[in-house]
Amino acid sequence: MIRVNNLKKSFGEGDKRIIVLEDFNSHMERGQITSIIGGSGSGKSTVLKHLIGAYRPDSGEIWIDGEEVTQLRGAAINNVRKKFGIMFQSGALFNSLTVEDNVALPMREHTNLNESTILIMVKMKLEMVGLRGAEHLKPAQLSGGMVKRIALARAIALDPKIVFYDEPSAGLDPISIGVIDKLIIDLSKKMGITSVVVTHEIPSAMRISDKIIMLFKGKIIAEGTPDEIRNSDDPRVTQFIEGSPDGPIPFSKSLTDYGEELKEMSRV
Amino acid sequence: MSIDLKLDKAGDAVTLSVNGDIDMSSSTKMRDALAPLFHTDNKVVVVDLSGVSYIDSSGIATLVEGLQWSHNSKNKFRLAALTPGVKDVFEIARLLTVFEVFETKELALAP
Repeated sequence: MIRVNNLKKSFGEGDKRIIVLEDFNSHMERGQITSIIGGSGSGKSTVLKHLIGAYRPDSGEIWIDGEEVTQLRGAAINNVRKKFGIMFQSGALFNSLTVEDNVALPMREHTNLNESTILIMVKMKLEMVGLRGAEHLKPAQLSGGMVKRIALARAIALDPKIVFYDEPSAGLDPISIGVIDKLIIDLSKKMGITSVVVTHEIPSAMRISDKIIMLFKGKIIAEGTPDEIRNSDDPRVTQFIEGSPDGPIPFSKSLTDYGEELKEMSRV
Repeated sequence: MSIDLKLDKAGDAVTLSVNGDIDMSSSTKMRDALAPLFHTDNKVVVVDLSGVSYIDSSGIATLVEGLQWSHNSKNKFRLAALTPGVKDVFEIARLLTVFEVFETKELALAP
């Protein structure tokens, strides 16, 4: 369903050039859940932005449903985008619209369905995320967890073949996380939806994933089933999944020595 | 995607047989065929889904509309011969128990 070959991305030029993604390769199969994990700045969001067509890679290919998409523009990339739904981390709901109108928006924009059919579909999507009855609320009246669930209802509005989830569980209570996890599993296993989940919620990734890819400094350092990741002997993987403050993955992102930098300050 | 539709009238029952995938581009065709069936001559309206391997939420929503029309017109509305893929979609939509579902068209037509 999705194949990524040798994806590479850098930002900046000359000596300010930073490689944020290097030789990313992956195959995300139909109906499977692939989670991409890694710390902040590891490159996982960069992968997602390439997959949804928001970034163009320096080199490499992305094949979605048999079509190479990195060079597509305008109407062509929009046609590919109709195949997938995106659940944004922030929800990205329209504050001026009700929940019903937010979820109905893709249906009204991209189909010729009758309005009464659309309203039933909206109710079905809201029932799936456990929020039937919230139709007439505005986003400002929703909790953070509710916003995420409405965002998911909208992401699946057009029954996409692929759903990209950007931190679906971040900031949610354990029950809401369980609800979202079950929904991701049901959508994948019962409806054949290919799911790509960018997350750093390790327990959730372990529960839902068929495959986990771990990134560190823009490179894949581990790839496998949850059990394979859990049993990895790579100390970087172990540190990340155990949430240990000490280990090969530094807390500080600074590239210079702290003491030297402080001493240099006195010369100014 | 396109679907083929066939109507069979037998006594006071009518069966709409659907063949093909029901998705956002084809569900309106099924809706157009289904909507006029809910009148007094048809005490029972059956939708035979044995030829459908895939249905999306617009197809399910259209069948829910059928349920609403039958409720208003007092006709019986029955679904027959759901394939496993179609049954899964009903299950995930939590709508399997909302409809009268029969294993075969013949059972759905039985009085």
